[in-house]
Amino acid sequence: MLDFIKRMQLQKLLALGALIILYLFFAYFGRNFVSVPTTLSILSRSYFVGFLAIGVTFVIITGGIDLSIGTVMMCSALIGGLLFTVFGFPLWLCLIIMILVGTAFGTANGLLVTKLGLPPFIATLGMMMVSMGLGSILTNVRAQNFPTLLGENAWFVRLFLRTEGNIPTGAFFLAGYLILTFIILKMTKLGRYTYAIGSNEEAVRLSGVNASRWKMITYMISGTSAGIASIFFAAAYTVMTPGTGQGFELDAIAAAVIGGTSLSGGVGSVTGTIIGVFIMSTLAVGLVSIGLRAPYQVFFTGVVVIGAVFLDIQRTRRANRVKK
Amino acid sequence: MLYYQTVVIISMHETVSNTYILEMLDIDKRFQGVHALKSCSINLRQGEVLALVGENGAGKSTIMKILTGIYMADSGEIIYFGNKVHFKSPKDAQDAGISIVHQELNLMKHLTVAQNIFIGRESKGFFLDDRSIEIKTQELFDRMNIKSIDPRSKLADLTVGRQQIVEIAKAISFDAKVIVFDEPTSTLSDTETEVLFKLINELKQKGVSMIYISHRMDEIKQISDRVTVLRDGEFVGTRDTNDVQISEIIQMMIGRVTYEQPKESSSVPPDAPVVLKVEGLSSIDVEDISFELHKGEILGFAGLMGAGRTEVARLIFGADKKTAGDIFINGDKVDIRTPEDAVRNGLGYLSEDRKHFGCVLGMRVADNIVLASLSNYVNGLFLNEKKIARDSVEYKEKIDIRTPTVNQLLKNLSGGNQQKVIIAKWLIRNCDILIFDEPTRGIDVGAKSEIYKLMNALAKEGKSIIMISSELPELLRMSDRILVMCEGCHTGTIPIEQADQHAIMTLATHHLERGA
Repeated sequence: MLDFIKRMQLQKLLALGALIILYLFFAYFGRNFVSVPTTLSILSRSYFVGFLAIGVTFVIITGGIDLSIGTVMMCSALIGGLLFTVFGFPLWLCLIIMILVGTAFGTANGLLVTKLGLPPFIATLGMMMVSMGLGSILTNVRAQNFPTLLGENAWFVRLFLRTEGNIPTGAFFLAGYLILTFIILKMTKLGRYTYAIGSNEEAVRLSGVNASRWKMITYMISGTSAGIASIFFAAAYTVMTPGTGQGFELDAIAAAVIGGTSLSGGVGSVTGTIIGVFIMSTLAVGLVSIGLRAPYQVFFTGVVVIGAVFLDIQRTRRANRVKK
Repeated sequence: MLYYQTVVIISMHETVSNTYILEMLDIDKRFQGVHALKSCSINLRQGEVLALVGENGAGKSTIMKILTGIYMADSGEIIYFGNKVHFKSPKDAQDAGISIVHQELNLMKHLTVAQNIFIGRESKGFFLDDRSIEIKTQELFDRMNIKSIDPRSKLADLTVGRQQIVEIAKAISFDAKVIVFDEPTSTLSDTETEVLFKLINELKQKGVSMIYISHRMDEIKQISDRVTVLRDGEFVGTRDTNDVQISEIIQMMIGRVTYEQPKESSSVPPDAPVVLKVEGLSSIDVEDISFELHKGEILGFAGLMGAGRTEVARLIFGADKKTAGDIFINGDKVDIRTPEDAVRNGLGYLSEDRKHFGCVLGMRVADNIVLASLSNYVNGLFLNEKKIARDSVEYKEKIDIRTPTVNQLLKNLSGGNQQKVIIAKWLIRNCDILIFDEPTRGIDVGAKSEIYKLMNALAKEGKSIIMISSELPELLRMSDRILVMCEGCHTGTIPIEQADQHAIMTLATHHLERGA
């Protein structure tokens, strides 16, 4: 049992426990918390942040960071909307292009970090502004619309968010992505090198592995995930506004950290990250259900993040204590 | 000097013989102006253990990093099994059968033992097969006769010694023909060292050649067949281990003529009071350090890299946490937990890493001088610029800091003058006990002798100085007594009258009763 807990990692268990307690708390005190609309609301908030958070988890495990994902997601969605409404591209093609835009930004980040040797924080901070600016430039600062459940192309919402019968279809995609990335992290070479680079990049390099190539791939995954997230964001919110998107990257990073991914690298999991995502969205929706408005949600999210990072630091300090 | 020249020529002749599996010829390497290797050559026979020795900075690690593809040589060639080779990356060297056990552990602490050993050599496809590398690791451990390590444990859960064994197992797992050990035993206990030596002997039987870098003379005697000595990036000579005395090896390591005249005798009167007394100081890095520092004395700290000299200084200064021991200043026991406590008790520390910890390069000279005593330079909330200017000019003149004005930015001064500014900083704070950690590192010869002059003047004035230095001639010239450390322990203190390089190096490579 003890061994099992150790394998599960303490923080992930804590996060799972916190999620359950949080849910029970709001179920008891909140108004209409245990209901179909509320559950759908929690879920639809979780889709796009979920994709963002899963992607950025890869980068964080290598010991890096990707601050550009929020605005990259928005930029992808704006480009997709532009091609769809103004240029009349078929919607399916727009969706593919949206994913590829994300991949392109991820590749750019990866090149800046591995080839030019920029610190990830600075490189992706710059890319945050570049992507936000690009979205505004291309759309001429006009909002872009995506189809809704009413009217043409309703399959878009039906497929990526929910059906008229309230089946949360988006959840299947997120679950599928979770399983896929879980397998990549735990069972493939890419996953092994992701953890290894975060533990000791120099050692990986000295073992004859092309560490920068693998690191590059993690940034591409992060960007691609942001591209995918843009589809689910568009399905949930339909109207895309240029100049926004900032802040979602922090939600995603916070979710990863709450789920036990260490900002110092080498430790983390996508399952933990998803738990973190649901903690954040349960908190957001739950606070409203007990009558507290958006500012409280931001406040409490901050408190949770500080707590999670504190735990992370404690754990790192314990791990670094030299055994003699 | 001439004598060693002859040795070089003789051994160059030897390389003509084809018994060598590996020859590194005339390897040259520079790092940003530092000439790390000067046409250095070494060679290796099949199935032998070649010990590679030399002082800090002799070029041992550099030449091994060139061999294993981590650095590229500027010129020179490597002949390996009769072919000229050119390793562009660690992988090239590994593929050719050359692997290295690095001095600092190069492992991934969040991965398991098996994952660490087979990093970069996972299964061919995209998916991993941990079961098979665990089995391979277990087989490897069985062959090496290692019973105490589970291939599935997380590396972070192992002791440092066992992590080192994993690192060695990793090197062996490449089916290496040549294995380089860079100070492998520095973290091992006695029993673990025995395991390692048994392994080395078994590998030898199988025809594997090994290069063994170490400072421990007794180990070299025990395990090696030949000894190659490097000094200042140059090849000095190679001897058969059985025919050579430890003292001769040390002599070859020191070699250079002392151009600085050593101090003849201590200038401290025998009845000078003890200003600093350290008793049983211990931490995770050092063990049971005790010594006394007298008024007006310069106490040299000698030892090889990693001996724990800087660690002792940091402990006294409160920068690191001590696990045991007491510090007395002027006979009173003091409780120093932070650098702030230390400064309050009149201690000043000049870091070995001047640029990182010693000063603020982007600030003015005057600001740097008053940095540690700023509370004396305020009027209420505001800085008293007039007083800052007056006092900093006073010290600029007193210790002759070469700058047109104290308003100059510190980064525009030469290394030697920056060092003087830091000294001024502690003097203005009224520090009576000064710890100089490598005070002349990266400073040219002229500035060095000025720093020496200043230190002597300070000692004469009654300040007490601890001087940590890796340059023995410098220690011999400056110190009144020399304390020698080896692997975190105090191995002896030599009065200057009896000190010479040989005596110091003997203590600095002194084999300790490890595990005690």
